[in-house]
Amino acid sequence: MKTLGFLLEKEFRQLLRNRQLLRTLLLAPLIQLIILPLAADYTVKNIGIAVADNDHSTTSLRLIEKIVSSGYFKLQGYTASYHDALGMVEADKADLALQIPAHFESDLVREDKKQVYVAINAIEGTKANLGGAYLNSIISDFNENVRAQWQVGSASTGSPEEAPQVSVASSNWYNIFLNYHLYMVPAILVTLVTAMVAMQSAFNIVQEKESGTIEQINVTPIKKHIFIIGKMVPFMVLGIVLFTMGLLVGWIGYGIVPLGSLWVLYVSLIVYLFSMLGLGLLIATYSGTQQQAMSLSFFFINIFNMMSGVFTAVDSMPAWAQAIVTTFPPSHFIKIMRAVVLKGSGFSDILPWLGALAVIGIVLNGWAVLNYRKTS
Amino acid sequence: MRQLITFIRKEFLHVFRDRKTLLMLFGLPIAQIVLFGFALSNEIKNSHIAVVDYSKDAVTTKLISKISGSPYFNIQRSLAGAEELNAAFKKGNIKMAVIFPAGFGDDLIHTGKATMQVIADASDPNQATTITNYLTNIVNDFNSDLAQDASQPMQIEPEVQMMYNPELRGAPNFVPGVMALVLMLVCTMMTSVAIVREKELGTMEILLVSPFKPIYIIISKLAPNLLISVVNLIIILVLSDIFLDLPVKGSLLLLVTGTVLFIMTSLSIGLLLSISAKTQQAAMMGSLMGMMLPTMLLTGFLFPIENMPVALQVLSNLVPSRWYFIIIKRVMLKGLGFESVWREMLILTGMCVLLFTISLRQFKIRLQ
Amino acid sequence: METVIHTDRLTKRFGSFIAANELTFDVAKGEIFGFLGANGAGKTTAMRMLCGLLAPSSGKATIAGFDVYTQTERIKNSIGYMSQKFSLYDDLTVAENIRFYAGIYGMSGPAIRAKTTQLLEELQLQKEAKTLVRELPLGWKQKLSFSVSIVHEPEIVFLDEPTGGVDPVTRRQFWDLIYAASDKGVTVFVTTHYMDEAEYCNRVSIMVDGVIAALDSPVRLKGQFGSGSMEDVFYELARKAKRKGD
Repeated sequence: MKTLGFLLEKEFRQLLRNRQLLRTLLLAPLIQLIILPLAADYTVKNIGIAVADNDHSTTSLRLIEKIVSSGYFKLQGYTASYHDALGMVEADKADLALQIPAHFESDLVREDKKQVYVAINAIEGTKANLGGAYLNSIISDFNENVRAQWQVGSASTGSPEEAPQVSVASSNWYNIFLNYHLYMVPAILVTLVTAMVAMQSAFNIVQEKESGTIEQINVTPIKKHIFIIGKMVPFMVLGIVLFTMGLLVGWIGYGIVPLGSLWVLYVSLIVYLFSMLGLGLLIATYSGTQQQAMSLSFFFINIFNMMSGVFTAVDSMPAWAQAIVTTFPPSHFIKIMRAVVLKGSGFSDILPWLGALAVIGIVLNGWAVLNYRKTS
Repeated sequence: MRQLITFIRKEFLHVFRDRKTLLMLFGLPIAQIVLFGFALSNEIKNSHIAVVDYSKDAVTTKLISKISGSPYFNIQRSLAGAEELNAAFKKGNIKMAVIFPAGFGDDLIHTGKATMQVIADASDPNQATTITNYLTNIVNDFNSDLAQDASQPMQIEPEVQMMYNPELRGAPNFVPGVMALVLMLVCTMMTSVAIVREKELGTMEILLVSPFKPIYIIISKLAPNLLISVVNLIIILVLSDIFLDLPVKGSLLLLVTGTVLFIMTSLSIGLLLSISAKTQQAAMMGSLMGMMLPTMLLTGFLFPIENMPVALQVLSNLVPSRWYFIIIKRVMLKGLGFESVWREMLILTGMCVLLFTISLRQFKIRLQ
Repeated sequence: METVIHTDRLTKRFGSFIAANELTFDVAKGEIFGFLGANGAGKTTAMRMLCGLLAPSSGKATIAGFDVYTQTERIKNSIGYMSQKFSLYDDLTVAENIRFYAGIYGMSGPAIRAKTTQLLEELQLQKEAKTLVRELPLGWKQKLSFSVSIVHEPEIVFLDEPTGGVDPVTRRQFWDLIYAASDKGVTVFVTTHYMDEAEYCNRVSIMVDGVIAALDSPVRLKGQFGSGSMEDVFYELARKAKRKGD
């Protein structure tokens, strides 16, 4: 226990002495936390639309006007033919092409039925999905109006009896203004803490390997687990400091105050840091040079960022991928963060995720300790 | 020239001698792209929802079975009362709740109108909007079923065609995006670290005292990374074609040219970074901590750039991967030719020349 | 005389390559034992086995009475080690390095303070106590490194080419430190490439191709090979080597 004190003293001295590194470690993430949530906005608006109106009737004009005035779509231009409208999609000038065929209005009246053609650039799935859904509901809304008007106009021929109708009253809980920042800030904070903590702990140990000081430590009677704890604690402290500063940035910059208790957040944070430091350690035991440690950390951090549900929904992944994601510590901590911050979830609510984090942490650390040998 | 070749050979030896690093250089980027290509999708489906049915009649049963039949929803459970909702949301078990008030079916039959309540967990606004939309569509469908007897006049039928990606898979969007991200970061990191490493080991001084032009040192440092990246690109393209069903629709030559331009630009960034960084750790912090998330977000494959504040839109113009992403999408997925990507290629060329010149000059300054 | 290092047919194989082959020797307490050999002869491998950094393939060895297979952690309490690579922390000061290494050997606070003062005095580094180690000249670093390796007063200290790249004057001072330690009863096990340093040792062993080719006092070895200096003795033996140096 006494030796641990000396180890910690040394680690903290080294950490605090390197002011430049310390500044980068703390400031770079915070600046990103201030700016990046602004870039992460999924609210779909401004869907560019190219229209080929081959009908030029009042109905077609009103349909176009209704689409444009909905606020979701931005008219990028009229084209003479559908082919030209598709050309605009191809050139990325529009996301969506709409063709109202010739005789649209007259066929609608005469045949009670007429198609309009829509082509959506589906490379970006979300935009395509939402754009299609919005357009569909606008058109069906418009359809209702036209029908109603036409029926009034043709002096109700005893109107085909009103069909029964189910209507949907929807409400949004926990984020009534659908503010995307509320959702992104906690998750981005997690990714920043993750990158810093996991990478730094890995680099730190590999640096001692490269400079040869670890060999000196290996001939001392120091216990493996003491050495490892000595390496972990400083980064845990650093992680907690960064996290706290991040919460403050979220509060000052975005007005986000956690609904749940801070105590739940911090307990989860410590369990999370424990598991991520285990990963850092594991990376360190497998790499001989800083270059290797870097490649490996980059690999894991990138995968975590892309797959832990920060930017994309885990639910929509295939089952095998979801199974893999459960082994990623950030996926659990991000869920905890969002639940506690936005919904005020308590311990009992987040217990399954917290438990998963603890298990992952024990496995990673155990593996790392076994793999870190003082004797080769 | 002979010198240069000797030197480049030394750099290749460094890279190829170390099997572990080599494995990481090739294996890890490829693993990422394949993994993301298969796993990522921004289609929202299988959302877990809860149903609270106070009415329990034929209509609600029919509507519920219609909802559960849709691929978008997965009815997790039926709750007895709305008071349990908050708890279920807090545990994160459900994304949405559907509530049928008492007497729902009777209302519908007798008054011709009934309202169901839908509560979405809007902590993720995008998902909330999307699934509410899906549900509304299902209900609309149900309404048309009801109205089947009373034939609907004046039906406008939108015929929707999803271009380039009819099944709305994630891969066509994510593979180019991740390619841009991974190639850029790997190139930047490898270059900056390789140079700073020589500084740390002190071997850079030996090179600097040799009668060797600085530009040769730089070129020979960049050569292996360029080669590795091009090989990586080719492997990625082959794998995308075989496993992800994403063949290169346009000209392969054009795509490779664009990639080489992009790689050179990224290498130049790494070069610039290595000049200001003193330790490997600093170089890595710069390339990873500093560049990873901004690149991820400002490339445009995760979030639409046109949604961002103007300042960030301007900033995104400085991110090379943004332009490369456009090039891959147009050439690889849409099969367009040079006439539609020349502007992006030109921008990348400009960036590359500018960055390279600056770093070369900086490198010389340090020598004096 | 008390034996502190005892080895019996100690062997290390890496696959089919035998780095150290059946080494058998004893080192007595307080002795300065020189461990010579060309590059690649197997010196470092042998030393790493004795320090508990590398597990032997076969044979026996005890260090300060502890077995190298089963009691490596006990061994570590009784030995000091100074590696070829400089192994103090660059970004800690002189005093902080001493404090750290003394601390992890379990010394108490007051003992550490006393020891620090004493060491700084012996090394005449009092003024540099608060200087970062990276700012010291190499020679000072090496001397400091040695002092730190025996800060916990071990029975045996292993020195792996401790004077590489150091000027002759500093090397001389370095050996003064070694003698001082030896006078206090510390056993010194040292590898070196400098033949003049070999002359300073009580006994010298010369390894060729993983085998101990000669082991005796410098005077007797010179007599045995009929040569005037250790240089000649070493050359005589080393040129028979079949293995290539590294």
